[in-house]
Amino acid sequence: MTDNNENQINSRKNKPVKKKLLFTFRHAPYGSSIARDGLDALLAASAYGQDLSVLFMGDGVFQLLTDQQSSDISAKSLSATLPALPIYDIDQIYVQESALIERGLQNQTLVLDAQVLNDQAVRALMLKQEGVLSF
Amino acid sequence: MSLLHTMNKSPFQHGTLRDCLTLCSPGDALLLLEDGAYAALASSPCREALQHQINDGLSCYVLSADLNARIHKQTLIEGIELASDADFVDLVLQHSSTQSWY
Repeated sequence: MTDNNENQINSRKNKPVKKKLLFTFRHAPYGSSIARDGLDALLAASAYGQDLSVLFMGDGVFQLLTDQQSSDISAKSLSATLPALPIYDIDQIYVQESALIERGLQNQTLVLDAQVLNDQAVRALMLKQEGVLSF
Repeated sequence: MSLLHTMNKSPFQHGTLRDCLTLCSPGDALLLLEDGAYAALASSPCREALQHQINDGLSCYVLSADLNARIHKQTLIEGIELASDADFVDLVLQHSSTQSWY
């Protein structure tokens, strides 16, 4: 093994790889644990200093509704956790415009300050990632 | 730069394929797997939209093991290609990102 290779390996060891990752959320919040699992994975990734973006599309936009009263179904409310994302330095947050419109939510206040993207912009966002994690 | 979309839901029961197709572009690849294989049927509710995308340059594949288990010897939408597990790996490597629709 050449010195150069060793140097590369050493520098990799010392410096965690920073990747551009997109988390896509496509599922409604309480019918399954997918939304909660995705949020846990997202927070874990933030602890490793990754370059994170989050996109809510399809039924995933229902996760963004305010005032989710989930105690009677013994579930932790997502509307309590999601607003904390900026505290974890997750501030590239996006929502699919066509999904909001299809569900009549385009004028609603959401729990997060999310940038609204048309379908073309959603594609462009996916294309510039090193990895997409779909929840 | 193109995307790989993987789809594992039956179009007869879910709108997932419809959502996927609104984001597909020419040059992208769509891989139908598990119950997504039913979307390859000529009787699929998304047939028209899918056929249109394929004609426009979407590469559409169905995982042959899943297809053979579910709809062996049925009439399929024209232009859908069979893919092996190894082809699946190649598709992932050939595209910049993969969006899994499930």
